[in-house]
Amino acid sequence: MAGRRKWISLAVLSALIVLLPLVFPSGYYYRVGALVFVNALSVVGLVILIGYAGQISLGHAGFAGIGAYACALAPEHLGLHPLLALVLGAAISAAMAALIGRPILRLKGYYLAVATLGFGILVSMVLTNERALTGGPDGMVVSDPGLRSLLRDMGWRVSGGEFWYGASGFVLLVGAWLALNLYDSPTGRAMRALHGSEVAAATVGIDVPRQKLRAFVISAVYASVAGSLLALQNGYITPDVAGFMHSVEMVTMAVLGGVGSVLGATFGAAILTLLPQVLTVFAEYEQLVLGLVMVLVMIFMPQGLLPSIAQRLKGRNK
Amino acid sequence: MSLLDVNGLGISFGGLKAVDDVSFAVKPGEIVSVIGPNGAGKTTLFNMISGIYLPGRGSVSLIGTDVTGTAPNRLAEMGLSRTFQNLQIFQEMTVLDNVLAGYHLSERGSVLADLLSLPGMRRRASQARAGAMKLLNRVRLDEKADEIAGNLSYGALKRLEIARALALDPKILLLDEPAAGCNAVETEEIDHLIAELAAQGIAILLVEHDMKLVMRISNHIVVLDHGQKIAEGDPATVSRDPAVIAAYLGTEYKEPAHVDG
Repeated sequence: MAGRRKWISLAVLSALIVLLPLVFPSGYYYRVGALVFVNALSVVGLVILIGYAGQISLGHAGFAGIGAYACALAPEHLGLHPLLALVLGAAISAAMAALIGRPILRLKGYYLAVATLGFGILVSMVLTNERALTGGPDGMVVSDPGLRSLLRDMGWRVSGGEFWYGASGFVLLVGAWLALNLYDSPTGRAMRALHGSEVAAATVGIDVPRQKLRAFVISAVYASVAGSLLALQNGYITPDVAGFMHSVEMVTMAVLGGVGSVLGATFGAAILTLLPQVLTVFAEYEQLVLGLVMVLVMIFMPQGLLPSIAQRLKGRNK
Repeated sequence: MSLLDVNGLGISFGGLKAVDDVSFAVKPGEIVSVIGPNGAGKTTLFNMISGIYLPGRGSVSLIGTDVTGTAPNRLAEMGLSRTFQNLQIFQEMTVLDNVLAGYHLSERGSVLADLLSLPGMRRRASQARAGAMKLLNRVRLDEKADEIAGNLSYGALKRLEIARALALDPKILLLDEPAAGCNAVETEEIDHLIAELAAQGIAILLVEHDMKLVMRISNHIVVLDHGQKIAEGDPATVSRDPAVIAAYLGTEYKEPAHVDG
């Protein structure tokens, strides 16, 4: 049953990625789509941390910042190819998550939230204040990875928007596949078990702190890769990527869409990325309407948009 | 040699001696029951043996190794498994997943294999699945394998916990009131199951309020009152012991069949 769910989720996601461009009215929408995929990628990471393992983080933008600035800094200072810089960023994020996760994950609930928040703020402060290296709050330019010209040499002409739409969509698909594999694996089961009851999880032999740390490290890598992709496709990066608001945005997307499901998380990322674009008709009331939508969803669909809708559809079929 | 040795075990909560200087041993294939009035310290004793509480005094040995204060997941690796009086079910997971969680030690591998769904992981997982279905069949829950555990009845959850505990293939099984809240038929089933397990050579340590069940299946009974061992011996000896009658069976023993708590 779980296996079928995995392939359905992946099929739906691939179909959306491939078919959506057919209804794009202009090339601008490729940019928006790529942004949705990047956001969805970090949210899929949070599904593993929050949805599977039941741990919260309000500092994951910190890892996105590490990934983003690795792609900005490593090519310039270490001469690394931007794609290798992405891998380096992910490795640094993983190491950082393993280092701070050990003490932090002993905390529970809002204590954990505050501790992770502290980490996120720390990263964004470093990025803002190390002007000599990062350009401070003005941000810095990210060099082009040259993949598009590579495609051109192979005789395949794509616009920047199209390229990053495809690339981000592909990475999101891989990320979703990994997360769905994890769900129905021994590690995923251990994470979900400790989410349900830490005491019972420990008595069946699950090393609870170790599994929490795994979820934290894996989700950090997701956020880091998402940050890298964001930097590469924008060609420019500011410390906002590591900011507190970005962390909150990620968690909100996850919870709004349905934190238990990979597809739901993607849905939440899409809604929260697109809604502000749609809501511009409300001009200065945009934020107000956005807030209202989120409050209403949480009141009437506490499990998140997608799981609630799916449940309602299932109920009607009976 | 005994499988489990409890020696002078004690713990205090803010000056109150919840368990004080309790000693006993459990041999393979033996059913040892711990009885006593509510608040006598039975569950606290279980929590110390299974590594959830750190004992204040005394020691616990498993197969000759001192395991006092060892983490529950390490004890699970050594062959100790348990159920809980107040159910500790993974409510949001399916019935099958609950039992599969019990197979964690035998199905776990590298996290990379899990992420990539490598054949090795899938082989281990399908072995665990076959075992889990067998256990679910044994506790008559195989038809509910794909249901969310939280939707099951209380009696079914009690059986599910036993199946999960058995998934570890334990050498010693601690059962904390397995028949509480179960009807007469379910109680009898649990009775049979426990006897079967003991016959397989698993050592059973049992806390139970259903005196008929305890007297029928126990090889050895340890009686606690106010955290202290006041008597121990075979069922016949214990039920005649004046200290036991005074503390437990005598003045306060009103409901012979069933006392919840």
